[in-house]
Amino acid sequence: MEAQTLYEKLWSSHVVHQEADGTALIYIDRHLVHEVTSPQAFEGLKLAGRKPWRVSSIVATADHNTPTDHWERGIEDPVSRQQVETLDANIREVGALAYFPFKDSRQGIVHVIGPENGATLPGMTVVCGDSHTSTHGAFACLAHGIGTSEVEHVMATQCLLQKKSKTMLVRVEGMLGRGVYAKDIALAVIGRIGTAGGTGYAIEFGGSAIRALTMEGRMTLCNMAIEAGARAGLVGVDDITIDYLRDKPFAPKGQLLDKAAAYWRTLKSDEGARFDRVVELDAAEILPQVTWGTSPEMVETVAGRVPDPSKISDPVKREGVERALKYMGLAPNMPISEIPVDQVFIGSCTNSRIEDLREAAAVAKGRKKAASVKRVLVVPGSGLVKHQAETEGLDKIFIEAGFEWREPGCSMCLAMNADRLEPGEHCASTSNRNFEGRQGAGGRTHLVSPAMAVAAAVAGRFVDVRELS
Amino acid sequence: MKPFTTLDALAVPLDRANVDTDAIIPKQFLKSIKRSGFGPNLFDEWRYLDHGEPGQECSGRPKNPDFVLNKARYQGAQILLTRDNFGCGSSREHAPWALEDYGFRVLIGTSFADIFFNNCFKNGVLPIVLPVAQVDELFRQCEAAEGYRLVVDLAAQTVARPDGTTVRFDVDPFRKECLLNGWDDIGLTLRHADKIRAFEEKRRAEHPYYFA
Repeated sequence: MEAQTLYEKLWSSHVVHQEADGTALIYIDRHLVHEVTSPQAFEGLKLAGRKPWRVSSIVATADHNTPTDHWERGIEDPVSRQQVETLDANIREVGALAYFPFKDSRQGIVHVIGPENGATLPGMTVVCGDSHTSTHGAFACLAHGIGTSEVEHVMATQCLLQKKSKTMLVRVEGMLGRGVYAKDIALAVIGRIGTAGGTGYAIEFGGSAIRALTMEGRMTLCNMAIEAGARAGLVGVDDITIDYLRDKPFAPKGQLLDKAAAYWRTLKSDEGARFDRVVELDAAEILPQVTWGTSPEMVETVAGRVPDPSKISDPVKREGVERALKYMGLAPNMPISEIPVDQVFIGSCTNSRIEDLREAAAVAKGRKKAASVKRVLVVPGSGLVKHQAETEGLDKIFIEAGFEWREPGCSMCLAMNADRLEPGEHCASTSNRNFEGRQGAGGRTHLVSPAMAVAAAVAGRFVDVRELS
Repeated sequence: MKPFTTLDALAVPLDRANVDTDAIIPKQFLKSIKRSGFGPNLFDEWRYLDHGEPGQECSGRPKNPDFVLNKARYQGAQILLTRDNFGCGSSREHAPWALEDYGFRVLIGTSFADIFFNNCFKNGVLPIVLPVAQVDELFRQCEAAEGYRLVVDLAAQTVARPDGTTVRFDVDPFRKECLLNGWDDIGLTLRHADKIRAFEEKRRAEHPYYFA
């Protein structure tokens, strides 16, 4: 048999039906649901008099609108509250495999709770009305974000209409240097191929540097595949994958796990499989990354400088850079290390898992937030992450450093709740998007790793975490 | 879904690359539990000088005179000319809902982000991908001539320009059929209900752990 890529294996094992032009009906194993992109889908289902196909595929939580402090007050914004209450009511009526509502001990960001509860398993197709569903590809799942019409389509039919993507292999060989993390790989890849570089592709991450990553690191990487334009990111199964899933609530146990694992170990690209595009990076050459602009591809190393638009010949690109510099309040050629930081956000579906918090705490330990930094938010990805961090005493390290230790949720990654930037403020953020207004109208986001975010909090500007005394 | 066959309409040039869905419809408007009414908040942060909140009446808000959609000559436009990677970022379908509610039925650009592209077809909005040189030419013509209109014919897969020339575009045959007829995807898929059931039973037998 011809050597297959992981993507091809996952695709062909889910095709229910195929049209003449290649459009296929793909079976969906897991449907993650949150409050923002589901109400219109539930309503559409009801209006058409349709029943959900398989409610046991649904795992739901409220995460985007939920506050990260003063939970005793409930959700104070009435519009946010209505959206969360609508999800409560819809799940109550329809049912689900699991629902982690606001204030539940296992509530959290949808892309954190899926894996940590074993609801995300290798070989599954996973969808959610959220672009960062690519995260789950770290488990060799075919996972991608969908729109609300598709949320309704999956609820009604357990299938999705899809065309096969092209395949891209991003191979990262060698060892990452000290102070360099999965986040830096993700940003370096986007810097290389651009935010549209992955459009139409499913990106598989491979090579020795990827195999050395923990599941948390692999999730960070796949999470940002969408920022490179790819709907899906993928990593093949190995011992690290299977060990992570042991004893997770919804994962198989005992003999069933052995049976599953035997299949899961086949979920990697075959030797000699052909990809439509291959991109290679040397792990040792990747340095700590900081974005300076309003698109994740506008990225530099911490030792670098902001670009000079006068040196760019392509007029659309030049205007893009000029507009970004103006929005960000930066001068051409300015060293990245001179950009002041007003707020710091450690959290989001990219970097809010226990390992991220451990990396952040390792830098924060014994240090203090700079006086010029207004606020440092640490928002764990879920109730379980929060509990684990507190068991390890990480919360105390953050609080002693002058950081705020919050309740779980999406928080200032997209600022749908009360956590947001003021106009003009610069934020060192471990999230995934630095778009205009993303963290609050007029806010200026710089994407970094958790360790780099803490270094910025301590120094009041961007510094190389490796040089922190 | 509203069918799409032909459109003869005014075009407006939005000359920026990487327009993300946060810019198309900012997050505060995502709190709505409805599908309609997003048009007045399309491109909210670029279109208005103040900060918009859901439920706010937009007619009296101060408009940004420099933003292309606010220019008198482009009022009533239903075709949006865009640059590379339009619709990137968040999967929010509120973005095509807002574009459609504003009046746009056709988007023409060099590339669209995957999820956004998909979402457009579910809402009777036709995204057309053309080569860079042709998009450049459309921008040039549109900016040069007030009242610049294009005629888009989905069945023929053509965009006719006022200078009498016609540009052909590609579209998936399946998506084209759905859009021309305004078909409901769910209804189409449910014709295969027996196949889905059979697939599901086989999968359940082979991989019971996916059905826990």
